[in-house]
Amino acid sequence: MISEYIKIVFINLKNRKLRSALTIIGIFIGIAAVVSLISISEGMNIAIKEQFEKMGADKIIIMPGGGEGMFFTFGLAPKPLTKEEVNKVASIQGVDIASGVLYRVTKVSFNNKAKNTYVIGISKETIDVVKTMQQYELEKGRDFSSNRFEAIVGHDFAYEIFDREIKLGDEIRINEYNFKVVGILKKIGTRSDDMSVIISLDNAEKIFNTRDEVSMIVAKVKEDIDVERVASEIREKLRKFRNEKKGEESFQVQTSQQLLYRIQQVLGMFQILLIGIAAISLIVGGVGIMNTQYTSVLERTREIGIMKAIGASNIDIMIIFLIEAGAIGLLGGFIGCILGIGIAKTIEIYASSSGFAMLKAYTSPVLIIFSLLFSFFVGAISGFAPALRAARMQPAEALRYE
Amino acid sequence: MNKKTNEDRKAIVELENVKKIYKLGNVDVYAIKGISLKIYDGEFLAIVGKSGSGKSTCLNLIGCLDKPTSGRIKVLGKDISQFSENEIAKIRGKTIGFVFQMFNLIPTLNTIENIMLPMIFQGVKKEERMKKVKEIIKLVGLENRMLHKPNELSGGERQRVAIARALVNEPKIILADEPTGNLDSKSGKVIIDLLIKINKERGTTLVVVTHDIELASLAERIIKLEDGRIVEEKIRR
Repeated sequence: MISEYIKIVFINLKNRKLRSALTIIGIFIGIAAVVSLISISEGMNIAIKEQFEKMGADKIIIMPGGGEGMFFTFGLAPKPLTKEEVNKVASIQGVDIASGVLYRVTKVSFNNKAKNTYVIGISKETIDVVKTMQQYELEKGRDFSSNRFEAIVGHDFAYEIFDREIKLGDEIRINEYNFKVVGILKKIGTRSDDMSVIISLDNAEKIFNTRDEVSMIVAKVKEDIDVERVASEIREKLRKFRNEKKGEESFQVQTSQQLLYRIQQVLGMFQILLIGIAAISLIVGGVGIMNTQYTSVLERTREIGIMKAIGASNIDIMIIFLIEAGAIGLLGGFIGCILGIGIAKTIEIYASSSGFAMLKAYTSPVLIIFSLLFSFFVGAISGFAPALRAARMQPAEALRYE
Repeated sequence: MNKKTNEDRKAIVELENVKKIYKLGNVDVYAIKGISLKIYDGEFLAIVGKSGSGKSTCLNLIGCLDKPTSGRIKVLGKDISQFSENEIAKIRGKTIGFVFQMFNLIPTLNTIENIMLPMIFQGVKKEERMKKVKEIIKLVGLENRMLHKPNELSGGERQRVAIARALVNEPKIILADEPTGNLDSKSGKVIIDLLIKINKERGTTLVVVTHDIELASLAERIIKLEDGRIVEEKIRR
């Protein structure tokens, strides 16, 4: 009999198209927001995980600045890391290679045009480590040799910035020094990587006029050595060297696992926030359904009286009105899912066209099923009180209603 | 003689000293001040009276649409005060058929759907429903109006849909509240003929509340209500 009730419900909804549509909007905005934003953040999560997997679990990064994480260090001018500290790290048992990386945003010119971009100095020994970490791959050319003024440039820097594409053998100018481009990288997908210029650490020190300072230390752990153990040893050693108390370090030691965990934590918080916002919007949508259903019950008082007179039980009336409210919710959920996937895909396309190829939307079937079920229940629960009122009407009174 | 016949018949609905008091704000309105009445299987009973005499309330009580304030109502020998609301709904659906002055069709459903509705509430299977609807539609002569919505039908046609709907579950009794009240005399005649035909040919008990003297005069028994009481009972030969 349910199928017959569903038919009656759809005839009713069709008969008040505008009101049904307006009520449905209240639901699908919330659902669309959830589906699109969770799809994006899920996609980001997956992309970041992949990135870290490629990068490998045997890398350790040491950065200046204290605090609980890399997200809370903005605005501070932390004590920089030094070459001596690089050597300290390198001397720890289990560390295969350790090297400083020096980077600055600086003006790079080519063909009489200048552009501010990341210039990264890497020592010859660690170039392979950094390359796997950042997933740099040469599209053409070769690595630089450390004693000459040679540079590798990012894909976008070579092909998109200047009026003329940069070719191997072209000269670019960084802070009064001319560098010969010997390699061009494949496209990576993040704008800052694709825009960067890589030179040797010695050259970087020369052009930035620094002697002892590095921006970060990159270390690779020997095979079959516990990365976390090495990381804590590094932490301890540097703490002693800097004469700092535990918990008050002016530097951070992070393994790729920890980094991944941190990022996922932030993403997780972001998702909880989204679900919270969506929950509020769905409550509002639910109140909308309740309002519509109360109006509908009132309007159809006489109809309810008629149905009771011809044999409908309280349960029959209840079911009809619950299905109606649930259907509004479900329809809203369905439209919301389609819209949400559309929004997520649009964001993905827009992001990749502006340099964030990493940002992929991923809509899991679980998310869709959950959204649909949830929207149905929001509808049915909101419709419960109005349905109960309808079911409890006395037929004789309902029939008298004008 | 006729009375004797009725005594031979089984009572379908019995009212025993039934009273109905409405609350209108703080004022108690005594709509029915004590009625005892037996309605017999197969009879044609007319209830007449001025407006406000309590005849519609009486009909609602007979049809289990309303509960009495005091007194007892028995349907097919069983006291309905013992029944749950769902059981009473079942009685309304299976034993009783209603025909109203205002037709009371569901405006969004077409003729077939309106007629089918009582069967849906009784859980009748689809093939069975279709078979039944075809038979009933033929009886009321609406074969060419099957897919029309109520607002596309004339008053007389609407009332015929309502009669078909009342008949479709093969009730023991049809309760008609001013069935011709909203119709011109010609359509009214058609409806009266149809109701009488159903009473005679199918043996369905017919209770009509009416102002229409012509209609009332066709009944086997006429009850006159005044101020919530039965003041006169006439049995026609």
